[in-house]
Amino acid sequence: MIRRRTRLVIGVTLVALALLALPFALSAAGTAWVRITNLAILFVFLSLGLNIVVGFAGLLDLGYVAFYGVGAYVYALLASPHFGLHLPFWVILPIGASVAAIFGVLLGAPTLKLRGDYLAIVTLGFGEIVRIFLNNLSRPINITNGPQGIAQIDPVSIGGVSFGDTDVLLGLTVSGPMKHYYLLLLLLLLVIVVNLRLQNSRIGRAWEAIREDEIAARAIGIDTTRVKLLAFAMGATFGGIAGGMFSSIQGFISPESFVLTESVMILAMVVLGGMGNIWGVVVGALLLSFVPEMLRYTVVPVQLALFGKLLVEPEVIRMLLFGMALVLMMRFRPAGLWPSSARQREFSIEKMKS
Amino acid sequence: MSGLLLEAHDIGKRFGGVRALHQVSLTIAEGEIYGLIGPNGAGKTTLFNVLTGLYGADGGNFTFCGTVLDNSAPHLVARAGIARTFQNIRLFANMTALENVMVGRHLRTHAGVIGAVLRGAGTRAEEVAIERRAVELLHYVGIADRANDLARQLPYGDQRRLEIARALATDPKLLALDEPAAGMNATETTELRTLIEGLRADGLTVLLIEHDVKLVMGLCDRVAVLDYGEKIAEDVPEKVQRDPKVIEAYLGA
Repeated sequence: MIRRRTRLVIGVTLVALALLALPFALSAAGTAWVRITNLAILFVFLSLGLNIVVGFAGLLDLGYVAFYGVGAYVYALLASPHFGLHLPFWVILPIGASVAAIFGVLLGAPTLKLRGDYLAIVTLGFGEIVRIFLNNLSRPINITNGPQGIAQIDPVSIGGVSFGDTDVLLGLTVSGPMKHYYLLLLLLLLVIVVNLRLQNSRIGRAWEAIREDEIAARAIGIDTTRVKLLAFAMGATFGGIAGGMFSSIQGFISPESFVLTESVMILAMVVLGGMGNIWGVVVGALLLSFVPEMLRYTVVPVQLALFGKLLVEPEVIRMLLFGMALVLMMRFRPAGLWPSSARQREFSIEKMKS
Repeated sequence: MSGLLLEAHDIGKRFGGVRALHQVSLTIAEGEIYGLIGPNGAGKTTLFNVLTGLYGADGGNFTFCGTVLDNSAPHLVARAGIARTFQNIRLFANMTALENVMVGRHLRTHAGVIGAVLRGAGTRAEEVAIERRAVELLHYVGIADRANDLARQLPYGDQRRLEIARALATDPKLLALDEPAAGMNATETTELRTLIEGLRADGLTVLLIEHDVKLVMGLCDRVAVLDYGEKIAEDVPEKVQRDPKVIEAYLGA
């Protein structure tokens, strides 16, 4: 028992040290990789948020990127020269998360009676509506600045330390992206703990019950309206947080970042990793964030070395691999790479039936 | 017999042109086992669904413990103290038996998102209480040894018992059982009968839809007979059995 505990402590310490040292190793390969890692962590936030709606409560949401957009725009509007507002980071992030949660309820309320395909279509429409609003709310009053987007968004600043600049700390050079990485890592820890605790709680069980059998859930006294709206709101909250961080890290946002393909991408991360399993979703999000970037950096040099010229664009190869991965997954791991035990069981039954 | 628990007046329900229920009135007294029988398609389950809030009634009204409940959402009906099981078992198939009963405690517990995230002393104590009560109920219906098995892996009879345990977890005053003995063999039926008698002994009122006439007649204090959506008889089992209208409904004219 004691030995197992020690081993666990050692394991956690090693992982923590590796995660802390990671940006320095990545910087050696180029600051771009630190940025890519930061974006990957944002996608982990998004996937975990969507996992609450899709994985826990079983509600298919194809417009999830809307909440990401709402969080991002709230941050941008409250911390940029656009309105001349420059509120501090720790004030805006909760506001962004709350506004996103309200949008979550706005989406949830009219779709309560829908399931499956129908719900998917309405949520898809919702995502598009939000994007189109962002695109067009520049007239008659300029709120979102339309397709030009919002620039010069304030970087995160905590205790007078701006996350936009490079600092030298204890003889180590810590760049802006590296500071963002540590902030994101901290938030990620928080998000994962919140997710784990939610899943294993009275609310988490109610979500699972609704996913399993909504009528039975209602009959034993679960207020399904409330509990479903809660799932939408909680999912949206994480989307809003990710959006706020995205805004501050990028310094510029436009509606183009919040298109349908992003929603599909996030859903793919959840499904690839394993719906309902928090660790699976983390793995799915990291894989789908890093692999395309790795392709971008390897496809061109490899082709140049082999054929002397560029035959296939990296983007084409990316799509090819995506399609292949999709087919292989459906064939060999239909419940995801690392499925939740419940989903695994669900899929194994379907296999037995067919 | 003590006070009335449930009073229903002139309940009506239509599905398009089909008159599923027509002016059905009944009263259930506290502590009794009330049977509801009738040929297939007589409207028994429809009445159940109206009384538990799954369907809204087209006409009539019903009160439970003095509270008007007609057209209330199911969770409000459950909160008022009516719990039910389903004719075609509706368990949370991919959750364990224990988890199924734990979900049943949802109604009588309070932890919200903030409680779940902070997991303070209150929430932890509540979680312990939920689990303890769930284990108790599994013991009560006699399937405690299957607590960690998935609901769908349980044998048929145990699934029925689990559904009853889940319903009991909502602390009901009235337990409505929709054909609990359907598909059971003689031994299982006898065990079920013991269980239901135990429920009554513990002060619960039971509304029972059942096809097994022997079970109904042996168990129920009063029996109502539905035919084509109308109540054609209501009395103690011995009298209902001899009622010519009932005999006609079952055997044909």
